[in-house]
Amino acid sequence: MADVLEIAAAWLAEGRQVAVATVIETWGSAPQPVGSQLVVDGNGNFEGAVSGGCVEGDVITAAQDTIASGGHKVLSYGVADETAWKVGLACGGKIRILVEAVR
Amino acid sequence: MKRDLLAKVIAARAARLPVAVITDLATGEERMVARSDAAADPLSAILDKAFRFDKSGVENTDSGEVFVTVHNPPLRLVVTGAVLIAQALIPMARAAGYDIWVVDPRGAFATGARFPDIALHAEWPDEIIPQIGLDQRTAFIALTHDPKIDDPALEMALRSAVFYIGALGSKKTHAARLERLKAKGFTDSALSRIHGPIGLNIGAVGANEIAISIMAEMTKALRLG
Repeated sequence: MADVLEIAAAWLAEGRQVAVATVIETWGSAPQPVGSQLVVDGNGNFEGAVSGGCVEGDVITAAQDTIASGGHKVLSYGVADETAWKVGLACGGKIRILVEAVR
Repeated sequence: MKRDLLAKVIAARAARLPVAVITDLATGEERMVARSDAAADPLSAILDKAFRFDKSGVENTDSGEVFVTVHNPPLRLVVTGAVLIAQALIPMARAAGYDIWVVDPRGAFATGARFPDIALHAEWPDEIIPQIGLDQRTAFIALTHDPKIDDPALEMALRSAVFYIGALGSKKTHAARLERLKAKGFTDSALSRIHGPIGLNIGAVGANEIAISIMAEMTKALRLG
């Protein structure tokens, strides 16, 4: 698979709006190591991964928010509470993710 | 992230120049630092560690929390010997992120049909390896069993900073190889960098399992030193 940043550059060159999500911290069992990335476009198309599929849906929504705002967000996920099971990590780990629009 | 920063990072990686991107997590501001400029940077201690251990991470600095992303050059695997084990190893190494170079002056072995989509060089190692350039993000593996091909390449690997050197051959073949290299002036401690017989001992049988044992040994050298 092509590198996520290269995909981001290619999508930008096609005129698509793009945000990049990066795993910046992990604790315990986490499926994707620090530095793992996901690229999202304005329509929610994505490549790459920041977890085993557990939190991607939420990250994609956040990424689209940053595309709209032109800013950045730092997100945290874990299994600390009941609701975390809805959008969380069944593996028991915790992760922090930086989401930023590329502009 | 700014578009021009993204373009700079991609260009640096294509040129095999190690760079780091420092992101201020509070403001989202980012800057790129080349490894060659890291010593003069206010975050020099953090950057030095990050480059050496190829480890990105969050750091607390005087000006707040930052995320340091290390972009070391892509991993490379240079193989002498366009042989069956190379055919088995290449898809695995590629999946693990390596760019692959296969060197074998024997034209019958080094054919595009046997190695599709690979940088394949039907030349002698001393002609092509200096052009590839062996560095600390490169692994070298000798698979031909032919000293005329493997030995000159091993000599170049030993004189470089490659993170892994492996050589195929039985204990007896390997002992003879070490004697030849000793006669060329290499010390025992220099020669101890060569993993031979190649691969972790997992009782591998056949080319595919040997390729797995080599891949595991390379990964161990990369991640654990």
